[in-house]
Amino acid sequence: MNPLKWSLVEPFYKLLIGEDRKGQINNITKMIGLPIAGLVVFLLIWQGASSNIHTSLGQFPGPVQTYEQFISLQEEAEASALKEEKFYERQAERNAQRVEKDPGYVPTIRDYTGPPTFFEQIGRSLVTVMSGFFLASIIAIPIGIVIGLSANAYAAVNPLIQIFKPVSPLAWLPLVTMVVSAVYVTDDPAFDKAFLNSMFTVLLCCLWPTIINTAAGVATVTQDLKNVSQVLRLSWWTHVRKIVLPCSIPMMFTGLRISLGIAWMVLIAAEMLAQNPGLGKFVWDEFQNGSSNSLGRIMVAVIMIGIVGFILDRGMLILQKAVSWDKSVTLR
Amino acid sequence: MSEVHLELTDVGIEFPTPKGPFRALEKVDLKIKQGEFISLIGHSGCGKSTVLNIVAGLYEATEGGVLLDGREVNEPGPERAVVFQNHSLLPWLTAYENVELAVDQVFKRSKTASEKKEWIEHNLKLVHMDHAMHKRPDEISGGMKQRVGIARALAMQPKIMLMDEPFGALDALTRAHLQDSLMEIQKELNNTVIMITHDVDEAVLLSDRIVMMTNGPAASIGEILSVDLPQPRDRLALADDPTYNHYRSEVLRFLYEKQRKVNH
Ligand SMILES: Nc1ncnc2c1ncn2[C@@H]1O[C@H](COP(=O)(O)OP(=O)(O)OP(=O)(O)O)[C@@H](O)[C@H]1O
Ligand SMILES: [Mg+2]
Repeated sequence: MNPLKWSLVEPFYKLLIGEDRKGQINNITKMIGLPIAGLVVFLLIWQGASSNIHTSLGQFPGPVQTYEQFISLQEEAEASALKEEKFYERQAERNAQRVEKDPGYVPTIRDYTGPPTFFEQIGRSLVTVMSGFFLASIIAIPIGIVIGLSANAYAAVNPLIQIFKPVSPLAWLPLVTMVVSAVYVTDDPAFDKAFLNSMFTVLLCCLWPTIINTAAGVATVTQDLKNVSQVLRLSWWTHVRKIVLPCSIPMMFTGLRISLGIAWMVLIAAEMLAQNPGLGKFVWDEFQNGSSNSLGRIMVAVIMIGIVGFILDRGMLILQKAVSWDKSVTLR
Repeated sequence: MSEVHLELTDVGIEFPTPKGPFRALEKVDLKIKQGEFISLIGHSGCGKSTVLNIVAGLYEATEGGVLLDGREVNEPGPERAVVFQNHSLLPWLTAYENVELAVDQVFKRSKTASEKKEWIEHNLKLVHMDHAMHKRPDEISGGMKQRVGIARALAMQPKIMLMDEPFGALDALTRAHLQDSLMEIQKELNNTVIMITHDVDEAVLLSDRIVMMTNGPAASIGEILSVDLPQPRDRLALADDPTYNHYRSEVLRFLYEKQRKVNH
């Protein structure tokens, strides 16, 4: 990985050392100029359209109002951080005083329980989505491998997959909620029920692409490679580990990427309904709140959801490139 | 004792197809001695690969059977190493790692880690691949891939090497180089080899015996030609050798004339 070869850096570097100046300027225009032009046009259309849409909560937010709300959300987060700091300071002071009066007193440390800020909500959403996605992958990859290896297992499972795959998360959620409240009964819950509800809904929706693509990946093991494995008398486990897994990794990651994309989309809906802290709940609360700022704040959330989804996908892509042995395939 | 090493007795095979069973081979009888180099030659689709796959244990004969050193062959195993037509290397492993997979499997407990490393490198050196051991299949040429495939087979220390058109996809010069390497290795290790080929020169140059198969369906062995040319053989010296050319024309005559008569 030579940083000078990165597609974002290379043209500037070449421009600097004077290699094919005209071509580099062309490249830079294409790479940076055109996206910026697209963005500007979009912002203009957005501004123009929003000034003509009047809702019961006031004018639809344009780029400027949205940006203002973003700043205000940031200020709120800073204020909240300050408040938290003060809270712990006061608590430490109080405890110190009590210990002074009564040396036997063991101070209890209370956690700060302010409402989560916008940025904390993003963090919560990420935790939920990654837990659901991670669990789903752990379940889906072995299933994909098994049904990919055995035509009979595939025939048995495939109809189920095809039926469950298109089911909307909103249909799963009530069932998941009821099952979680029936099954997860403890006095000292390690997990919030709302968290479990959203996580399992995410899990149920993002199993399928990974299963299907892993199975398809396993099917790319050629007869030649199977023959090699047979001649070497590899055990079933070694065969899976040394031949099937590496062979199916590119397809498996295609499935994982699709799954993560679905997981992120499903999560927002699940959080809204399950009232699990996160971006979805933030949007829902703002909607219920109905102040003049609400639409602007929802718009901030919409953009944030898009950006986080994009980053998640890029992250998977980088991972996929890192583990793919077939560098000749361009992944995008 | 040193007589029959591998014995095919009345081997026949029928493949189930949607249009009913298809008989590919019938009454294939062949006895091979330790250290012999056998070529299988015949028209495309006659059943050469099927014979090889039966010996490898990848296919099961419908009738008859295969004995290796008096023991029946009924499943694949590393003592019958196969060099596949299209190399069949694992594309995500380097040349070294491809051979390593075989060595780890065959000498699981009988060699220490350093002995294994030495053995892998030794076999890659035999096929002149020591300079590119740590390259992956997509980084080396077709001829080099085939060399690695041969090294992998040799590293299993097989009783028999089975080669299915090992040099079929290569240009003439690369093929000549690999043939020379193969003759060299065979002289050194005295392996038993069964090789499928479409190339008459290759068959005559390398073989002790050439097994010529009749056309399918229900293909069988048409003729067996013993090649009594002194070893080592030099391709350039043999080009004008009348005995060599005699063998060559024998094979050609079988392929073009005798086959045509059988067909009509
Ligand atoms: N698994 C199989 N199922 C059905 N028919 C088969 C199968 N394997 C081979 N055959 C048939 O058996 C015959 C012999 O095939 P084989 O591959 O052994 O020919 P070959 O002599 O190796 O040909 P080539 O020189 O083209 O490689 C062919 O007619 C082929 O269609
Ligand atoms: Mg063949």
